[in-house]
Amino acid sequence: MANVATTVPGPLARARHWGAGFRSRDTWAAFAFLSPWLFGFVVFTAGPMIASLVLSFTDYSIIQTTHGVGFANYTTLYHDPQVRTALRNTFVFTLLAVPAHVIIALALASVLARVGRAAGFFRTVFYLPVMTPGVAIGILYLLIFNGSYGVLNTGLGYIGITGPFWTTDPNWVKPGLVLMISVWSVGASVVIFLAALVGVPRHLYEAASMDGAPAWRRFKDVTLPMISPAIFFVVIINTISGLQTFDQVYTAFFNQSTPYGTNASLMYAIYIFQEAFTFFKFGYASALAWLLFGIIGVITAIQIVVSRRFVYYEGNSRG
Amino acid sequence: MSEASPVQAQGPAQALPVAPPIAPGRRFWRPPTGNPLGRALYLTVLALCTGVFLYPFVWALSSSLKTRNDFFDHNSRLVPHPFHWSNYLDVFRGVSDIAYKAAFGNWLWNSLWIASLAAVTVTLSSALVAFGFAYFRFPLRNFFFGCVLATMMLPGVVTLVPTYLIWNKIHFTGPGTFLFLSKNQYPLWAPNLFGSAFYIFLQRQFFLGIPRELFEASRMDGDNYWTMFWRIAVPLAKPALIVTAVFEFKASWTELQKALIYLRSDDTFTVPRGLKNLLDLYGPSNGGHGDYQVIIAGTVLATLPMIIVFFLGQRYFVEGIATQGRKG
Repeated sequence: MANVATTVPGPLARARHWGAGFRSRDTWAAFAFLSPWLFGFVVFTAGPMIASLVLSFTDYSIIQTTHGVGFANYTTLYHDPQVRTALRNTFVFTLLAVPAHVIIALALASVLARVGRAAGFFRTVFYLPVMTPGVAIGILYLLIFNGSYGVLNTGLGYIGITGPFWTTDPNWVKPGLVLMISVWSVGASVVIFLAALVGVPRHLYEAASMDGAPAWRRFKDVTLPMISPAIFFVVIINTISGLQTFDQVYTAFFNQSTPYGTNASLMYAIYIFQEAFTFFKFGYASALAWLLFGIIGVITAIQIVVSRRFVYYEGNSRG
Repeated sequence: MSEASPVQAQGPAQALPVAPPIAPGRRFWRPPTGNPLGRALYLTVLALCTGVFLYPFVWALSSSLKTRNDFFDHNSRLVPHPFHWSNYLDVFRGVSDIAYKAAFGNWLWNSLWIASLAAVTVTLSSALVAFGFAYFRFPLRNFFFGCVLATMMLPGVVTLVPTYLIWNKIHFTGPGTFLFLSKNQYPLWAPNLFGSAFYIFLQRQFFLGIPRELFEASRMDGDNYWTMFWRIAVPLAKPALIVTAVFEFKASWTELQKALIYLRSDDTFTVPRGLKNLLDLYGPSNGGHGDYQVIIAGTVLATLPMIIVFFLGQRYFVEGIATQGRKG
């Protein structure tokens, strides 16, 4: 028995050892290095998170005295037609944007991986839109996609297509935004996919070729599994940012006279922003924010669970 | 990804890249294979895509040099004749018959110093924290690092309201200055003094790639932890620090949401905030004449610095993005 106790320390001994860690000089030095982040985490992340949850149960508005209102904000939100409009717009946008972004980025990266040295030039070209400020993209969208004088419809006219009124026709607002916001800025994802593609070991392709696998089988059975972590990452990041779309749409559709934009362009993050900083309904805005937080959490969790089936991590037993 | 993070946070036995994850100059392409016909086809496709991707830039540049009449004219040429340079002057001095005078020069200056300060502060603070995570073993390390990774996934809108209330509480949302800087501009850069999750993650990976013997040797020489950080870790991690700085400079320069919340008076605006104002005031919906040729000149001026920054720091942007993808 005594033998076991010396080789495997009991919980008490482990706790004592762990506690001793706090008294070591190293530990204090480590916390000194960590202190900026610890402070920032408490003041700018954890604290505000909790505060926002508390605020969501009040009618806080700076101007008037504050009351606890229980779940009133959440019931209001449930019946708020603007919330439904905003959620629908945001979901439709994200559902269009993520697949379009991933497929086009993957296609471009696959082509880039095959052209040798020239890839460097094209990679630069595809990255430049990523550097463009959101406000600039919003302005470009407004002018290029304008139904009557926009250059896009002029161009479509040359090949015999009558373009829609992208910025005003409710059916065409989201596709237009997807093209300008999501598809135009595929550059970052192209770089990620290109790095993943050149990392696929060549012998896998050679083996597949020797087995007589046609090109599409090599893509499906070799390329896709090998780059699945990169695809998973791009999907998650773009879903989260798609659900929070703000800059470009706000620039194009929102100003003092149109605080709720148009029915087809009201995005959820913008609705939160307007309720908070245009109408000072801080309590209600906090409830709205927590709903979005919950939605993003659930969607991300689903994506992680689904990814376990499809994402292959090299040298990982989970694969 | 989040459930993979505790694994990543475990001790040094975990397979960490010995070579730093950022290696500028590494070949990202393969020599072309297959038949030349296929390659020609690929290049044609890419050339067409290049045309589509660059067209908005070309169009913006061209439109910014047109007169107002030509701007709305379908048949006007892509190369304006003559170049109407005065649009760029109008950005700075305002359109003659509109009372609103844009302070574009101020905005450029504000954006420049705020973005620079944001980049420098976040680089140094994140490096401190990243070194703390990479070098030391201490209780709760995995827990804290888990918190760092969780912050990366956190949607920013959740903390928007309480963060504003904090700044409001300490009177940093109104006029006035503090340490020579405008108070209401602090919320745009001061949080960077406390590190930022993604950069901490990125730099920690890099610090872990530095051979530990270097630190042990320095310790033998009697150096303290600060010297080890400042004289050994920081110089060796320069590529990761530059990645951080260029990313944050771009992020800060393009930031709109915070600028809308905190910047209330014209002369404190950053370029994106000012540009939005320009669009609203010159646009027809608010009584402007739709002087879009001036707005688009402002758009070019807002974008051009980012293009320059990209060309200066291209390899760092590319390596930073690729590293980001590898962590998935």
